Amino acid sequence: MTSATLPASVDAMLELLTSRGYLAERSLATVTYLSLRMGRPLFLEGEAGVGKTEIAKVLSAALGRKLIRLQCYEGLDVSSAVYEWNSAAQMIAIRMAEAAGDTDRDQLSSDIFADRYMIKRPLLQALEPDVAGPPVLLIDELDRADEAFEAYLLEILSDFQVTIPEFGTVKAPHPPIVIITSNRTREIHDALKRRCLYHWVDYPAAERELAIVKTRVPGISAKLSQQVVRFVQALRNQDFYKSPGVAETIDWATALSELDARSLTPQVVGDTLGALLKYQDDITRMQGDTLQKVLKDATSEN
Amino acid sequence: MAINHLAPEQTEQFADNIVGFARALRSAGMPVGPGAVIDAMSALQVIEIGNRADVFTTLEAIFVKRHEHALIFKQAFNLFFRASEEWKHLLDSVPLPEQAKKKPQAGSRRVQEAMSQPRMTETPQHQEQDLRLSVSDKEILQKKDFAQMSAAEIAEALRAIEMMRLPQAELLTRRYLPDPRGLRLDMRRTLRASLRTGGDIIDIHRLGRIEKPAPIVALLDISGSMSEYTRLFLHFLHAIGDARKRVSVFLFGTRLTNVTRALRQRDPDEALASCSAAVEDWAGGTRISASLHHFNKLWARRVLSQGAIVLLISDGLEREADSRLAFEMDRLHRSCRRLIWLNPLLRFGGFEAKAQGIKMMLPHVDEFRPVHNLSSIQELITTLSRPLPPHHRSLIRSAA
Repeated sequence: MTSATLPASVDAMLELLTSRGYLAERSLATVTYLSLRMGRPLFLEGEAGVGKTEIAKVLSAALGRKLIRLQCYEGLDVSSAVYEWNSAAQMIAIRMAEAAGDTDRDQLSSDIFADRYMIKRPLLQALEPDVAGPPVLLIDELDRADEAFEAYLLEILSDFQVTIPEFGTVKAPHPPIVIITSNRTREIHDALKRRCLYHWVDYPAAERELAIVKTRVPGISAKLSQQVVRFVQALRNQDFYKSPGVAETIDWATALSELDARSLTPQVVGDTLGALLKYQDDITRMQGDTLQKVLKDATSEN
Repeated sequence: MAINHLAPEQTEQFADNIVGFARALRSAGMPVGPGAVIDAMSALQVIEIGNRADVFTTLEAIFVKRHEHALIFKQAFNLFFRASEEWKHLLDSVPLPEQAKKKPQAGSRRVQEAMSQPRMTETPQHQEQDLRLSVSDKEILQKKDFAQMSAAEIAEALRAIEMMRLPQAELLTRRYLPDPRGLRLDMRRTLRASLRTGGDIIDIHRLGRIEKPAPIVALLDISGSMSEYTRLFLHFLHAIGDARKRVSVFLFGTRLTNVTRALRQRDPDEALASCSAAVEDWAGGTRISASLHHFNKLWARRVLSQGAIVLLISDGLEREADSRLAFEMDRLHRSCRRLIWLNPLLRFGGFEAKAQGIKMMLPHVDEFRPVHNLSSIQELITTLSRPLPPHHRSLIRSAA
């Protein structure tokens, strides 16, 4: 991996993302560019499947940086997010010292709590210098972690440093590129958001979604991709419990393409609707007249 | 062209504009601190300020920290940067959230009441009588229906409600804390302790799981038929929100309003006042089904995700009782840990679920309880503090 230079303008940022197959709205490219230039974390919120996580992956690939991912979950704590001591190895070291007749306690303690007995977890890894340049740190689905963890993140995100009692403070020589995503299953505290650049990622407009489908599903015919996008966009206007995201559109287009479908028919849509809608209630509502109507609109020529 | 390429006086003008804009946003009710203004200036150093769309996105990323504020920001931006010198117009045209209006002074009602009390020196015996009566008064008060209370009794009930504290119904989390009786070994502390003795004696330290109260989500019906109870319940919800962190409150009549933030204010009067300012359909009709639909779609995933207990406070008198209502109740029931329906109509001894809406809602609740006097609220608190049973569908009816 070679480290690419940071883009010098919003247009360059947009180009960089496009070159890796990520067709971003200009506004998303703008905030990403700002976050790189200002060295501030980027906080992305939006419905599931609109490409929030993807942008971190694309950034790391395009800039040739290491991607460090911290998947959040309820109960995530310091030992699985930041660091942990390798207790077994420490025990052995103590026994060895004993066997050798070593009795200097201070010496032993500084030996035991040394770098090599430390198991580094994502957040600490992200603070370490890297030859390719500061890594991309993806803190994914922060809304799943609990409030206590958020409070812990405050120190890391504002000073890019971690304090380890036995060891001292670890500070990043250059701050990592931080992308935080949230699906809004709960509100994230304002104190954390204040340290970040905030951006709401929306569903893409039809034109952009069409371009995304064409890029991500290369074998698809122009006619089918157009129908797919129109159908999905129409679904988002329906009052569903969970509207399909871009990820679902791509899944569906891939599925249809695998089935060699030439255009949307009630039969083929009925068989593959599960790729788009993930709740039984939503699928039930999509039967019959509603399906006919949406399908008719999507397949009509104009 | 970035801002640092501007002539000095232009830069100054620009900085003034940004400061003015931030002030305008603040008056429109958005929490914009001075730090954000500094951020905005440094962001504009790296962005082409000739491109309006980019400037918009840049300022939005800095000033907007909640999706709900995006609309206010957009309007403000369009108004301000069309004619930035006339930014005062902004305040007239942007719909201001309640905070921006003049706040009613905290405790004003209580101060008024205090002023209108007869002076102590006038009738010392009167005070004596009061004390004597208060014991039996309390008993009567416990059983008295909220709807039939006099103003003084309501005041007394409010005081009692404010005193109520929810015991912390515990929910095991997956985080750990030092705990001598914990099940997990705390290797880190054990090692550190053993080093103190040169590694000889090993004193085992343990970790136990942290417990925290389950979140509570209250959906309170504020339609006309519930009006006698609304204020008291709001007081109750304010009191429990004071005691534990995770309480979300929604009010619904014909539409659903989230008043969680408004209710967080310390002073109960101020909190209630800002609640009523936030609600547009106070004491109007009821559309339970539509309100529940709105809740399920927009809020359920956000507030019910961590094993919440839902308190649905409503008389269930729905105008449009159809299969949608049953459907939404079912969805709500399936997305929470426990659904407790509090219905003041249960105060009538021979209550029967005759109304269509009530019949549709009943099969989908875990508990159906009366809530019309202090003792029933007290019972509710006892229920909430019991260890949580696993999610079950059986219907427990407890009559008044």
